[in-house]
Amino acid sequence: MAQHKVNYTQNGGLPAALTSIDKIVNWGRSNSIWALTYGLACCGIEMMASGASRYDFDRFGTIFRASPRQADVMIVAGTLTKKHAEFIKRLYDQMTEPRWVISMGSCANTGGMFNTYATVQGVDRIIPVDLYLPGCAPRPETLQYGVMLLQKKIRANYASKAQKAKRLM
Amino acid sequence: MRAYTPKDDVQAKPYYTDRFYKSPQVPKHAPESDEVFNADLESIKAKFEVLDAYIQVEQMVVYINAKDNYGVLELMRDELEYTQLSEMSAIDWLADRNGFEVFYQMLSMNKRKRIRIKMFIENGQAVNSVEKLFRSADWSEREMFDMFGIEANGHPFMKRILMPYDWQGNPLLKTYPLQGDEFAAWYEVDKIYGKEAREEIGPEIRDTARIDRYDSDRFSRLGHEVPKGTEITGDEPVNEQAYQEDGGVFLIKKFDKESSVIIDDPQR
Ligand code: SF4
Repeated sequence: MAQHKVNYTQNGGLPAALTSIDKIVNWGRSNSIWALTYGLACCGIEMMASGASRYDFDRFGTIFRASPRQADVMIVAGTLTKKHAEFIKRLYDQMTEPRWVISMGSCANTGGMFNTYATVQGVDRIIPVDLYLPGCAPRPETLQYGVMLLQKKIRANYASKAQKAKRLM
Repeated sequence: MRAYTPKDDVQAKPYYTDRFYKSPQVPKHAPESDEVFNADLESIKAKFEVLDAYIQVEQMVVYINAKDNYGVLELMRDELEYTQLSEMSAIDWLADRNGFEVFYQMLSMNKRKRIRIKMFIENGQAVNSVEKLFRSADWSEREMFDMFGIEANGHPFMKRILMPYDWQGNPLLKTYPLQGDEFAAWYEVDKIYGKEAREEIGPEIRDTARIDRYDSDRFSRLGHEVPKGTEITGDEPVNEQAYQEDGGVFLIKKFDKESSVIIDDPQR
């Protein structure tokens, strides 16, 4: 038998045991995605509609939080102006890892129709984005589908491995 | 020989302009044609120099000297019952006359009349603040400063109001490019990541209709999604829209399209 020492405390120390833990952690994470309340423009209205009773985000465990410290996902819903750019970065940095970003609507994706001096041409110039939702504004169904894709994405990753912090650069 | 005008963007221009077209002017009437306006004008004339005055679209426009603006507005507020300053800003005439036209739109609720006070200032000249007379001038003057660079003397907080404090340039000038100058284009990158990051983040993509279907870093084709960074060959498999993995998820009911019911009663 090989003379190696398995460090059980280290990430990935015992694959068999950790796979199940992976599953349970990912299950927990993916079904309690708390979103940061971050409506920047008209898309924010659709995001609020998704949270309200008709579309009812809560049944998927997506609860809006007003503090970045409690949030897992930042839904950038709306137009990001250049004046606001530094604050989105600050809020993103304040969120605890692991964290995800959904860019909702054309404005957040590419600047949308605001092809002007005052609008950031896509939030991915400031923070790393996991999902882009097309539309102006995307329907609540689109946002829901986006959150479900994000759940899939979370479950596809190893929870036990310390997730590499996402950095734009 | 006719003066040369650059014609590079003729194709890009969205509309055609006839060189001999003269835009119709809104007719102007003499102030004497309205009793109330005439009386107001007379009382302004008694104290201040009036350069021009006429009635256009049932509103009187009065041109005054820039140094008189505080006095005229005070007179109008206290004696002529024009108690509201509903709007004020400036108009860029830099190319034509190297200056700005500043206007104050006044409203009298008692007389049910509106008067526009206008004055011309040279480029770089400051105006007197009327913030002491009308609180609404507070933010308007800051906006004027922000957008045109016209300072208001005596304003308690002469700072930018819409653009960030460290912004450079005055966006409402006619010479300011709509999509921003060099400073504006890199503003957020410079501020957050520093100038070194410019290369890495890259210039702004201004063509919002740009589609690069071989770019799997940003967008993938709907229904043919691939993981980030995959080489696109053109024969990507179709992805069925699915909310969960094939094997299902622990403790969570799998959504089954066949057994689902579409509710089409809006009053349910
Ligand atoms: S994408 Fe459309 S709906 Fe959304 S914030 Fe921009 S303009 Fe508003």
